This record gives sequence, structure tokens and C-alpha cells, in this order.
Amino acid sequence: MNILVCVKQIPDPATPGELDESTKTLKRDGKLILDESDSYGVEMALQLVEAAGGGEVTLFSMAPNDETSGLRTALAMGAEKAILVSDEALHGSDALSTAKVIAKAVERAGAVDLVMTATESTDGYTGTIPAQVAELLGWPSLTFAKHIEVGDGSVTIQRQTEAGYDVVTSDLPAVVSVTAGVVEPRYPSFKGIMAAKNKPVDTVKAGDLGLDAASVGWAGARQDITSIEPAPERQAGEKIEDEGDAHERVVAFLEQLKVI
Amino acid sequence: MALSKVWVFAEAAEGKPTSLTLELLTKARQFGGAVEAFLPGDGAEVAAALGEYGATKIYAFATDGTLVGAAGAASLAQLVEAESPDLIIFPMTYDGRDVMGRLSARIDRPTVTDGIDITVSDEGAGDTVNVIKGIFGGTKIVTTSFTGDKPALAGIRPKSFTAEASGGGAAEVVAAPSVDVGRAGNAKVTDRHVEEQIGPKLEDAAVVVSGGRGLGAAENYALVEDLAKLLKGAAGASRAIVDAGWVPYSHQVGQTGKTVKPKVYIACGISGATQHLVGMKNSDNIVAINKDPDAPIFGIADLGIVGDVHKVVPKLIEALKARG
Repeated sequence: MNILVCVKQIPDPATPGELDESTKTLKRDGKLILDESDSYGVEMALQLVEAAGGGEVTLFSMAPNDETSGLRTALAMGAEKAILVSDEALHGSDALSTAKVIAKAVERAGAVDLVMTATESTDGYTGTIPAQVAELLGWPSLTFAKHIEVGDGSVTIQRQTEAGYDVVTSDLPAVVSVTAGVVEPRYPSFKGIMAAKNKPVDTVKAGDLGLDAASVGWAGARQDITSIEPAPERQAGEKIEDEGDAHERVVAFLEQLKVI
Repeated sequence: MALSKVWVFAEAAEGKPTSLTLELLTKARQFGGAVEAFLPGDGAEVAAALGEYGATKIYAFATDGTLVGAAGAASLAQLVEAESPDLIIFPMTYDGRDVMGRLSARIDRPTVTDGIDITVSDEGAGDTVNVIKGIFGGTKIVTTSFTGDKPALAGIRPKSFTAEASGGGAAEVVAAPSVDVGRAGNAKVTDRHVEEQIGPKLEDAAVVVSGGRGLGAAENYALVEDLAKLLKGAAGASRAIVDAGWVPYSHQVGQTGKTVKPKVYIACGISGATQHLVGMKNSDNIVAINKDPDAPIFGIADLGIVGDVHKVVPKLIEALKARG
């Protein structure tokens, strides 16, 4: 069982995001970390490979400046190796361009049974990449998984729905997107962190993957950010300290709104 | 400032169009062109309802127990080729995102997702479709214009528009083509589980009471449920306690969960991470109870109570019960 897990290296969400005024894109030139939503896919992949009794977990990431700090975190969790696509030509890539890069990387990785992704990244929130990658590969996609089992040549998931969940199954290879909480991600051990320093990261350019520069990056995005404005702010109302009777204020507020 | 043809990816549950479908149809009418729907499922069942909100035609796609993504996108791609719509509006739902993603790759068109509004501007070279979205937890509003070939593919969040009927007659129902997609269509739905729904749905409730990490332990979520029940409302949750396994994902309010816009939103022990605020900040009125006076939730609360949820909420429940 070989699994390729797509991971994004993002600016720390704990620090306020900033936009580059000239390109109108998210500033990504500082230190990047592993997107927490991707740690679930990494953990799930490690567990599935272990349960299958063999195989390996390969990471995929696309990031500027040969960034590997987030990849090292996932390698420290136990992934074997990584493919990193870092190329100035990819700057400005939208979701579809990114999916084109991932699909080519899957071909480069060779015998992949499962491609695993999060449902969306924490910084971009486009949420279409799993389906786009599957379409480009001609594979089935099993999306929004909150539980995954891999059997003999097949994968079965519980897929989140508006009303509950559906059980969805398909043959392999396939693309699976996982929701946060599908498993509890492990913390990298000291031994894992040390080992990760020497794990192979295959750093490639768009051209190495056989991608046409016009189909990715700004040229491929076919969209312009035409304005960025501050949103109208909601004004805060009254704030009071509870001295044992604050619930009465809530009751009065609800009465005033005729909710009770 | 007009488009000649706008399509909406429509969804129905239990024979009725979803509220999000009606919101999107209402918006689609503003562009002055024909409004048509692509619907996975039985078109005849909702022909009158979709027509009432402006759809003149429904392309009904017969689902056959596989996930709609691959086969639905292939069918839609064939229709796009034949009918040349200017814009296709997708709901940011599970199937909506799947079909939009696959269609985008299939016809090689970009998508703009997570939108809260769509505008059309005339820049000289024909009509340009723009999608407006919030970033950084909705603190900044970004407008993105499609510059390539039509159709523009736009994904829209729930509650972005208010649904208003146009009073149109029943839509014409046309069968959408069935296209063989090979292995891509192998994801089969073998079983469906519907979680028991007590009280109103989160998206539709006039009152939503949500709980977060400040509740301290899973069992304390009962306080949130009790309060919601007393107010005939629905119980929601922050991502933190859903990820922690205290409550099912279906209760999650926020960027990755449900978007709600109730008359009153009561946040109990929720600090107000941007991920959560995106899903509830457009509520008419917000009450927040949190022991941290600096919690960001107080920045948008109409009534903020700095206090312990374990003390304030039980007293509130008792007071409401006493009123009978």
C-alpha cells in the first residue's frame, strides 16, 4: 500500500495573514509550517500503510523557495520521503493549476494506491483540489471522509453529508479527502525529528514534471484580483462582568428580541 | 451588464429544493438572462418549486448509486459544450464542490470558491464575471474577476443571499445526458446514515446556542443542548470540540462547517477563532459568554458576559424553566 499525501506548507495561522500589495496574493515568504488539516491525512496514511503490512507514505508539497520546514514535520511523524515542487513559474497558481501539478507528481511517484488530501487548506479554502486531481488522473474520488478502511484492492469511507454520512466504496487507485478529526495525529518523537533530517526530499521544477508554463501560475489562473477592501466591521455592544446575576441580563435581552 | 445564460447547480432533499438552491436561483435572476438548473435527482418533483424561484429549465441528472461528482461533471461538461452558459453557480456543499472541481478540470476552466456575492461588470471586452469573497476570517473583502473563456465557475457559501420567489411557472424538465466516465465513476454509495434530527435544523433555526472548548468536558455540552431546546433552537459547536470528538461534525459552525444567520446566536465558552466567526458573524444578534475578557468573540457580541459558562448557563436554564 503506497500512499501519496498532499501537504501544504502555510504561514502560521496564529499570526495575522498579510497580502502582498503588488501581487495581491497571500504573503508566503516567511517561515511556513505544516497545515494542521494535513496532519490528519499524514496520520491516516501512516496507519493505513501499517495496517496493510507494507508500503510507504510519500509526501507531496508545492511551496516557494524550496521550503521544507512543514515537510520535515510530516517526515518526522513517519512519512518515508517527499516530492517538493518549488518553482517561481508556479507563483500565482490557482486550485486547478495546483491540481495539474499534483496529478503530474502522482505520475512521477509511480505505484501510488491512494492520494490523500485534506478537504481544504487553512489559508486558501478553495476546497476543489481533491476532485480536480481525481478528474485529471481519471480516478474515483471519495471525498469528505471521516472514517477510512482499506481492504483487498478497495477503499471504503464514511463520507460526511448534510444529514449524517454515506458509506462509499471504490477500487484502487483512488483519491480520498479527509476531514479534520478522522484520526488523532501523533506528535513527532525526538527520534522521528532526528530521522526526518536525513529523509529524501525530491525537489523538482514544473518543467521536470512535463508541465507547460502557460497552463500554471499566473498565466494558468485566468483570473485577476481586482480589489481588496476592509470588510465593514460589526460593532461590539455591551460587555458586562458576571456577578452572579448576568443570566438575568440574557433573559432581558431575549425578551427584548421577543425570542421568549 | 447582462449575461445571456446562467446555470445553478441545484440540490434537493426529501423532494424539496435546499434553501441554498433557492438563494442561488434568486441571485442568478439578477443577471438578466435565462436561469436554468442542473439537478442530480428527480426533476419533476421540484419543477414547480425551482420554477417559482426563476428556473425555466431543469437538466435532471439521473443518479445511479454512485457519487455524483465524476458522472455529474461529465454530463454537465457535455451540456456546457452544447449550450454555452456564461456562468455556473455552485453551492459550497459536498456534492457541489465535487462536481465543480471535476467540471473545472474536465473543461479546463478555473474556479473561484467560497464566494459571498457575484457581480457582472462591463470592461469593454464583454461582460466580466466577478466573485466577491471574504478572507482572513471575513475581515477583508476580495473581488476576483474571471479573465478567460466562459463559463465562469463560482462557488457560493450558504446564506449569502436572501431567497425570494419570482412567481414563475413550473420549469421544463429535460434529461441530462449520461456519459461513461470509466474508472472515475467507480465510487459507489453502499449505505446512507441519517443522524436523528431533534428540533430545527442549524441552518434554519431562529436561535442557535453553540458550545466551545470553554465547556471544559464533553458531558457539559448537555448545557448547550438544554438551553437550545428551551429556546426552541438548534445546538451548534466550534471546530475545537468537534475535532476533539465531543459532538458530531454536523453541529459544527464555521468556515468548514455550517453557516448560520439566526435571530439570536448564543456562544458559550467559544473564544471566537476566525474559523468560527466566518460561520456566524452575520447573525442578527450575538450573545457571548466567556471567562476570558479578551476573547475575540466579544468584539462582535451585542451582549457580552464575562463569566464562567458553568455558572451562567445553568442559572439561565433555571430562569427560563421558571418562566414555564
